[in-house]
Amino acid sequence: MTASDRFRADSGRRHRRERTFRRLALSATWFGVVMLGILIVGILKDGVGQLSLDFLDNFPSRKPEQAGFKAAIWGSVWAVSFTGVFSVPLGIGAAIYLEEYAHKGRLVRILELLIANLAGVPSILYGMLGLIAFVRMFGLETTTILGIEVPFGRSVLAGSATLTLLILPVIIIASREALRAVPDSLRQAAYGIGATRWQCVRHHVLPAAIPGMLTGVVLALSRALGETAPLIMIGALTYVAFVPETPYDLFTAMPIQIFNWASRPQLEFHHLAATGCIVLLVVLLGMNGLAVWLRNRAESRKA
Amino acid sequence: MAAGAAPRPRVTADQLRKRRSRSLKEEVIRLSLLGSALVSVFVSVGIVSVLLGEALPFFGEVSVSEFVTGTTWTPLLEPRHFGVLPLVGGTLLVAAIAALLAVPVGSLAALYLSEYASPRVRRRLKPTLEILAGVPTVVYGTFALAVVTPTLQAILPDVRVFNALSAGIVVGIMILPMVASLSDDALRAVPQSLRNAGYGVGATKREISLGIVYPAAFSGVISSYLLAISRAIGETMIVAMAAGSTPRLTLNPLESIQTMTGYIVQVSLGDTPAGSIEFQSIFAVGLGLFLMTLAMNLLSQKIMARFRETYS
Repeated sequence: MTASDRFRADSGRRHRRERTFRRLALSATWFGVVMLGILIVGILKDGVGQLSLDFLDNFPSRKPEQAGFKAAIWGSVWAVSFTGVFSVPLGIGAAIYLEEYAHKGRLVRILELLIANLAGVPSILYGMLGLIAFVRMFGLETTTILGIEVPFGRSVLAGSATLTLLILPVIIIASREALRAVPDSLRQAAYGIGATRWQCVRHHVLPAAIPGMLTGVVLALSRALGETAPLIMIGALTYVAFVPETPYDLFTAMPIQIFNWASRPQLEFHHLAATGCIVLLVVLLGMNGLAVWLRNRAESRKA
Repeated sequence: MAAGAAPRPRVTADQLRKRRSRSLKEEVIRLSLLGSALVSVFVSVGIVSVLLGEALPFFGEVSVSEFVTGTTWTPLLEPRHFGVLPLVGGTLLVAAIAALLAVPVGSLAALYLSEYASPRVRRRLKPTLEILAGVPTVVYGTFALAVVTPTLQAILPDVRVFNALSAGIVVGIMILPMVASLSDDALRAVPQSLRNAGYGVGATKREISLGIVYPAAFSGVISSYLLAISRAIGETMIVAMAAGSTPRLTLNPLESIQTMTGYIVQVSLGDTPAGSIEFQSIFAVGLGLFLMTLAMNLLSQKIMARFRETYS
């Protein structure tokens, strides 16, 4: 066999390999998409039969045909709303400090390292922190400080505080990116006419960065909405047949209720878990749509 | 200007007062922003001290060496044994199954997205894949019980209702978009000139992808693997729902096992009084979990930092 014969044979083999590899890589990419499809179809198949207004409007029950999602839906609304109230000022404040105020020194380096690592801490460990620090407050006797009852117990307040710590790194990282995207010329213009640092941030930088920050906030809150493990740790209850009326009330949440139904032996409850998943996914889809809409609006404004 | 008239002061006393209060306001704002930034310090200190604070009394009852090297975990039954290895083994078994699925599939998907896909296809496929990362873990757990386990049982009759394989597969699906997305970022950061050099010597796209781009992005890719595996180790709901609650040191993925996170959930669902050894044991396990994931995250950041230096 001459060298050119060998080359020709080899070349054929190389191109066959090229085609095979391309197909393999393409199917690997589609694998995830197909799995998403199977997940959605599987959940719909099990759950859509029980989806009704009664399901949305009934409290949990020992009888599967009467059990509903009402306490869980409202518990989630309460917990995530308070999480937003706590985490948005704290997260955006921290981002403003790091981007607009701090000198790039050791403090910033340490804070960056901590934030990056906090983002990687398993959520269940935040639950353990919440259990000791918020639910029990290190074994503190029940008292009232500044009109706030402490320790928080297994209340909405304890759940929101725990979820706040969990999503804080996400909000800080997203808000810093939004601040970094604001052109420096804007700041220089503000300082040029004698604005103080806060005036510059408040009137010039923040308005430009808010749409990008909101996208991050909505995504972080949708993560809080789907979190289960930290709420199990702080003892959010599964059998709650009421809607919270104050932040000190006991509560349950959509993921907790789903987990509870899925862990029961009866098949009917497994189907209810799937129905709960549908409701949870629809709400999350809405929040993601909102985030995309905010991002698009921010981008079209810039252009 | 009339002679003798006092020169008009540049700044009136009134303005000065306003300016001072303005700088006071500035200072208050700066301090409260600093306060929000320092919350991260308190949270970090809080996590470590809570874990240590409850785990130290535990290690007063159970020696560290018994905990770390013991192969029997029966904390709720007499005679009690607190050997954490079965839980660590269960955690690593699930993480290994997840990695076996997510690393090859995620890497191939990343290579397709960065080297083959047209910008239009990429723009559609990548966000679709990332939807998978936003699905709550409790939904994945339901999916594991309702779809994956029955499917596995239909193929392999030996599969138990709760098993490591089903949990591992679903955890793998959960971390897949993380591997694909982060590896894609690393692959795309490889300079085009390296690819062109490959085309110059007549290499095919596969040869360039596997022989040039992937090795050039290797540290970025490795750090995405580490992050994803660390996520798999800390994953809680999927394993608590689908992997079972039988602490067992085994390599057989068809059996029921228990992971570190699964044990923590099991104990906290029961009525365990604070201060009891069962209660403290979840913090000892949590401390182990914290150290494992922290080590992997730090390693991943270190490798990533080296990768950034190479191409900046």
